Amino acid sequence: MVKQAAAGRPNHLFRNLNSKIASIPMILVASVIFLGGTLWTVIYSFTNSRLLPRLNFVGLDQYERLWASSRWIISIQNLAIYGILSLIFSLVIGFVLAALMDQKIRFENTFRTIFLYPFALSFIVTGLVWQWVLNPEFGIQSVVRSLGWTGFSFDPLYDPDIVIYGILIAALWQGTGLVMCLMLAGLRGIDEDIWKAARVDGIPMWKTYLLIVIPMMRPVFITTLVIIASGIVKVYDLVVAQTSGGPGNASEVPAKYVYDYMFQAQNLGQGFAASTMMLLTVAIIIVPWAYLEFGGRKRG
Amino acid sequence: MDFRAMAAALAATVALPFGLANATDLEVTHWWTSGGEAAAVAELAKAFDATGNKWIDGAIAGAGSTARPIMISRITGGDPMGATQFNHGRQAEELVQEGLMRDLTEVAEKGKWKEVIRPISLLNSCTIDGKIYCAPINIHSWQWLWLSNDAFKAAGVPVPKNWNEFVAAAPALQKAGIQPLALGGQPWQANGLFDTLTISIGGKELYEKVYKDKDEEVAAGPEMAKIFAAADQARQMAKGSNVQDWNQATNMVITGKAGGQIMGDWAQGEFQVAGKTAGTDYSCLPGLGLNQYLTTGGDAFYFPVLKDEAKSKAQDILAETIVDPKVQVAFNLKKGSVPIRGDVDIAAANDCMKKGLDIIAKGNIVTSTDQLLSQDTQKQKEDLMSEFFASASITPEDAQKRFADIIGSAD
Repeated sequence: MVKQAAAGRPNHLFRNLNSKIASIPMILVASVIFLGGTLWTVIYSFTNSRLLPRLNFVGLDQYERLWASSRWIISIQNLAIYGILSLIFSLVIGFVLAALMDQKIRFENTFRTIFLYPFALSFIVTGLVWQWVLNPEFGIQSVVRSLGWTGFSFDPLYDPDIVIYGILIAALWQGTGLVMCLMLAGLRGIDEDIWKAARVDGIPMWKTYLLIVIPMMRPVFITTLVIIASGIVKVYDLVVAQTSGGPGNASEVPAKYVYDYMFQAQNLGQGFAASTMMLLTVAIIIVPWAYLEFGGRKRG
Repeated sequence: MDFRAMAAALAATVALPFGLANATDLEVTHWWTSGGEAAAVAELAKAFDATGNKWIDGAIAGAGSTARPIMISRITGGDPMGATQFNHGRQAEELVQEGLMRDLTEVAEKGKWKEVIRPISLLNSCTIDGKIYCAPINIHSWQWLWLSNDAFKAAGVPVPKNWNEFVAAAPALQKAGIQPLALGGQPWQANGLFDTLTISIGGKELYEKVYKDKDEEVAAGPEMAKIFAAADQARQMAKGSNVQDWNQATNMVITGKAGGQIMGDWAQGEFQVAGKTAGTDYSCLPGLGLNQYLTTGGDAFYFPVLKDEAKSKAQDILAETIVDPKVQVAFNLKKGSVPIRGDVDIAAANDCMKKGLDIIAKGNIVTSTDQLLSQDTQKQKEDLMSEFFASASITPEDAQKRFADIIGSAD
C-alpha cells in the first residue's frame, strides 16, 4: 500500500481497482434506477399525465389537489399515528423481551424462535391472519362471548375511529421479534466486565440497563430505528390485506393513495405528486439526522 | 420428469402448431370470478374452443379495480394478452389513442354490428375517430333493488314496491334482527349505490345535468340535496353489514339475513346459482320502483395489437364469437345481463330480466357514469362515497359540498 502510494499519483484512479469494478453495478443501479427514477417521478408530478406519462406541465395543480383531498389528509394522520406508536412500542417491547431473554434463562433458543417466527411471514399473510383474529364473528370477540361474557365487544377493524390500532397490533406482532433479536445481539456485545463492575458498585439492575447498557448500545438502536422507520413509511400490504383501507377511508395510508391514483384512477400525475410528498417527508426527517449521525466522523 | 421426456414434451408443443394450423392459444383476461360470472365465462370459452382455437383463461380475482391496473400495466409494459375485458366507456380510452388496441372495424362491418347492436350507444362507446375498437358482450344496469321475500315475511311486513316503502319497512326489519340493506365495503359499491339513487329518485334530467353536463350548481342545489338525504337513510340502513365483496352482500339477501341490496343486474346470476326463483324467493325492482330508467353500461372486450399473425386472426374470431347470437343468449342467461343485440330469442329469460328488457325496449335508457366520467373522477367519487357510507361523522351537507367540487372539476 505504502509503496503503491509512493509510486506516483497518476495511479490514484486505479487504486483498489478490483473493488471499484465490483461496485460498478451497484453505482449504476443506484444512479440510474433510484436517482433517475426519482427525478423522473418528480418531474412528471408537475404534469397532467393520466394513464400514460405526458410532458404537459400544469405547475403545482396536482399538489394543490392532493392537499385539498380529505383522503390524503386521513392517510397522513394514519401514518403519523401508526408510525409513532409502532416505533415506540416495537422498541420498548423488543428491548424488554431481549433483556428478559438475556437473564440466562432455560430454553432461550425455543423462545427466540417463537418470538422471531412471525417475522418469517409476509405482511399479506400477517394481515389475513389478523383479519380473522379481529373479525367479530369468528375471532377474539366471539371466543370471549362464547366463554360467557356476552356483552364483550372488540371489533377494531369495523370501527373507523380505532381501525388503525387494529393494524398496529398486527404490525407489532409481526415485527417485534426482529427488534428483539437485534437488541439481544446488542446486549450480548456488552462486555461482561461492565456488568461485574456495576454489580461491585451496587448499582441495581434496571439502572445498569437504563444508564449504562442502553447508551452503549447506541449503534444497535440506530440500525433498528432505520429498519423500523423504513418499514413504517412503506406500509401498504398490511393495510390492503387487513382492511383494504376501510371502513370507508379510515385506514388509508399514503402508499395506498399513490397506488390507487396511479393505477385505479389512471391519474399518474396525482400519484406522482403523492409519492413526491412521501419522499419529501422522509428526506426532511432523514437528511438532518443522517448529517448529524454520519457527517461528523467521515474518517472515523 | 427426466430430461428426455421434457425434451419430448417441448418438441411436442413446438410441433403442434404445424399439425393443427388453426389452433391458436389466446389468453383472455377478465375479472369474472363469482359463481354466476364463472358459469357465464365457461359458456364463452366453450364457444371459442368450438371454433378450433383455445381459450386460455386469465381470470383476475378481486373486482375490476384490482384487475384493471394489472391488465393496463401488461399492455403498456409490452406483454399484452390476447383479449381483455373492460367496462364500456373510457377505461381503455388512452390505450386506444396510443395505438395499443386492434382496430376491429373490418370484423364489425362483416358482422353488421351497426345494425344488430342495440342500443347503438354501446357501439359508439367502442368507436374512436370512426373506428371500432371493442366488442360489446353484455348490457349491465346498476338500477336494481334486490329484495329477499323471506326476510320481509320474517319481519311481518309486505315486500316493498319501491324505495320509499323499503325505507319505511327498515325499522320492522331491524326489530326482527335483519340487516335492512346489505352493502359491501369496497368503494365502487357505495359509489354505484349513490348513482342509482341519483337517477332513480332524482330522475333522468337531474342525472344528466350532473354527470353529463357536469353542472356544479345543480350538484350543489336542492334537487341533489334530496339525493344526499336518501343516501343518509341508506347509510343508516346499511350500518353493520360487515362484508367486503358484492357477492357476499348478495348472499346476505339470498339467505334472508338482509332485506335488500342495491346492486347491478349481475347479482341475478348469484340468485340463479343459489337456485332461487324470481318472484317467489326474491323480488327485483328496476329503477328502485320509482323512475324506471336503466343505464346501459356493461362489459366489452378489447384486443391489444399483437405481432403474431395467427393470434391476430384468432382475435378476430373471438370478436365474432362474442357478438354471435347463440353465444349472446347462452352467456347472458348465465350472467343475468341483457344481450347486446335485439334480434335474439330470449324466451328463457326470467321475470327480472324481462322487466329489464322491457325498459330497454321502451327506450328508457341513459348513459352510465363509466362512459360519462373519467376514471379519475370516478375514483374521487368513490373516495367520497366510501367515506360517507362508513362514517356517520360526515353530514350529508358536507358530503354534498365535496361532491359539487368533484363535479366542478370533473372531466
